[in-house]
Amino acid sequence: MSEHHSAAYVRSAMLPEQAPPVSEIGVIRWLRENLFSGPLNTFLTLAGSFILYFLVKEYYPWLRHSVWHAGSVGECRDIVTATWGEGATGACWAIIRDRWNMFMFGFYPREHYWRPTLALGLLIFAAAPVLFAESRSIRMVVLGIVAAFLLVAFPGLGVGAAANLMLAAALAAMLVVAWSRPWGLLWLTGIYPGLAVWMLWGGSVWGPVLAMSGFVLGWAAWLATRRFGTILSVGAAVLVPVAWWLFGVEQVLPLFDAVLPYSIDAVRSEKFGGFVLALTIGVAGIVLSLPIGVVLALARRSDMLLVKALAVGFIEFIRGVPLISLLFVASLLLNYFLPPGTNFDIILRVIIMVTLFAAAYIAEVVRGGLAALPRGQFEAADSLGLDYWKAQRLIVLPQALKISIPGIVSTFIGMFKDTTLVVFVGLLDPLKGITDSVRASFEWKGAYWEPYIFVGCIFFIFNFSMSRYSMYLERRLKRDHR
Amino acid sequence: MAETQIERQIDRSHMTVSDEVAIQITAMNKWFGTFHVLRDINLTVNRGERIVIAGPSGSGKSTLIRCINRLEEHQSGQIIVDGTELTSDLKNIDKVRSEVGMVFQHFNLFPHLTIMENLTLAPIWVRKVPKKEADEVAMYYLEKVKIPEQALKYPGQLSGGQQQRVAIARSLCMKPRIMLFDEPTSALDPEMIKEVLDTMIELAEEGMTMICVTHEMGFAQAVANRVIFMDQGQIVEQNEPYEFFNNPQSERTKLFLSQILGH
Ligand SMILES: Nc1ncnc2c1ncn2[C@@H]1O[C@H](COP(=O)(O)OP(=O)(O)OP(=O)(O)O)[C@@H](O)[C@H]1O
Ligand SMILES: [Mg+2]
Repeated sequence: MSEHHSAAYVRSAMLPEQAPPVSEIGVIRWLRENLFSGPLNTFLTLAGSFILYFLVKEYYPWLRHSVWHAGSVGECRDIVTATWGEGATGACWAIIRDRWNMFMFGFYPREHYWRPTLALGLLIFAAAPVLFAESRSIRMVVLGIVAAFLLVAFPGLGVGAAANLMLAAALAAMLVVAWSRPWGLLWLTGIYPGLAVWMLWGGSVWGPVLAMSGFVLGWAAWLATRRFGTILSVGAAVLVPVAWWLFGVEQVLPLFDAVLPYSIDAVRSEKFGGFVLALTIGVAGIVLSLPIGVVLALARRSDMLLVKALAVGFIEFIRGVPLISLLFVASLLLNYFLPPGTNFDIILRVIIMVTLFAAAYIAEVVRGGLAALPRGQFEAADSLGLDYWKAQRLIVLPQALKISIPGIVSTFIGMFKDTTLVVFVGLLDPLKGITDSVRASFEWKGAYWEPYIFVGCIFFIFNFSMSRYSMYLERRLKRDHR
Repeated sequence: MAETQIERQIDRSHMTVSDEVAIQITAMNKWFGTFHVLRDINLTVNRGERIVIAGPSGSGKSTLIRCINRLEEHQSGQIIVDGTELTSDLKNIDKVRSEVGMVFQHFNLFPHLTIMENLTLAPIWVRKVPKKEADEVAMYYLEKVKIPEQALKYPGQLSGGQQQRVAIARSLCMKPRIMLFDEPTSALDPEMIKEVLDTMIELAEEGMTMICVTHEMGFAQAVANRVIFMDQGQIVEQNEPYEFFNNPQSERTKLFLSQILGH
């Protein structure tokens, strides 16, 4: 060794690239890093494999022995025994085939099955301008699937060829509109609430039309009173439609019905059941609870003491009581308070309660998003001269809602699942109401797992879609590049 | 401390101070709770003035300029901006805010909007300028702050100095008559400080009325026509820059200058 190391160094030959050792590539590396990275991980991997093995060993035969065609539970058992020997068990999916319509539509009149089906399909079309405005390809794929689904389903629902052709033409036209412009279907979004109510409950077309016209009246009232200040114009925009709905529609409706009668068969709320019921309540609750929740969140952060106190009181009260108690209030107590003889639809009452319930949770989620915004954002908006509402709409809410997406979607998913609780106020929810009534029949007595698994799977499909959509939305809105 | 050399030649032909009063603050006091943060502030700013406010941390510099566009509310005294007195009347506040531009230490760009959208938002929604015209104005100011090529990016994709120049352009798009700067360079690296100061100097050369809270004494010497020294919520000393730096009167000012300039 020399006495002093020289700091100077010059490489004489460059090293060629070499293949990595086996432990650094491919499957082996993946296994080592993800499944066997340490004693704990190795133990968990082995334990997990064991549980998986146990589950498959126990339940796979049951699934493999599935029976799809049978007329009763007994017949199912006979088939399993005949095919797989004495003592074998098998899933009896025939119950789903047999009572499919019951699960989907409850006691909704058979000849009108196409109406809720169309309402569901159009829901996706109406939502496209809001949910899929950004990406044409995603929009077209989703709407294409929905259109194909409707066209396949409709002949099976007893819709005639002529009507089917019309439907196909209408769907094609809407697809073209959706393809050419992101917001081309916004008109459908606008009329959809009235349209859906009319399709589902039927009756005179003028009921939903006049109800929807309340929004136009509110907007007109706002425009007319705008120059007298925000409080007055907002008040007018709320009071005019409410007065119209409570007193006006009733007076005018007979007039329209007399002059231009047009109606389809009415379907009473008691006939609703299964997923038609769950989706009606769930979708209405989702659509209504978001704006109410946002307003509540803003109110809770308001400088105005009364507004803030009301918001806090409402949110804490709703969050403090179980949803079931609210549903009981909706079904029983409201009847005592309302003047006798008023027919306040049970589904509407349930929707109101579910909406208020979800809105309270959304409000808290959104408040979290609002709190996460740096104060500088508010100050920058103020210093540019934006007034409160413009600042909220353009600067604050877009950012706060983006932060809140996971929480909002969680609330929606929870709420959609909670729609099954309506069974306690005598409505036929898919999970218990329908399942019980299917099992009450002689043929299907004793079928326990299959209906629950089936209903669970359908719920999973809807909720998983919502969850995936929220992840897509989060990715799409990720613009801060932090 | 902060002493970025101002190398460029300053064009003073448009830097004229007129007799017209832009901001008039009289006997203004402000408290945060029981803490008396601004004490008996009297300040008149004429149109075309370039004022630098200096002072130790916590002396109330930010609070003072934030009072001028009512991001903070004062409790007594009077603030008149462009003939409009700041009271709790929301109309007056919005009027003043749309006339007064403000640039913050941390830029406060809107991260969910592109640079272009950041610039056109207020003109479109507050001034009701048609979008096309707002776009043109925005492009004009982006070119002025020398980053037109960034128009379609999001703020998070820009460097700090670029973001601050965008923030300045965003204020300018509202065609303000007065610009307030609250330590616009304190969050930036040295090279970026220079680009932002250059932009501010250009603004001064065009005759903009400016009030800047800054520790950039080079900028103060080159551009300001008046330096105000604050301490403990009070205006302790004010003078034209040469006198202020070379012949400070109060002990507090001397101490502050010796600390900040490292003499
Ligand atoms: N919102 C507030 N509530 C209570 N006290 C505040 C608030 N904002 C500022 N203060 C206090 O008021 C004093 C003046 O603050 P200000 O931000 O105006 O100081 P500054 O001179 O700008 O200081 P710096 O150079 O650190 O920015 C400080 O003591 C600060 O703690
Ligand atoms: Mg400050």
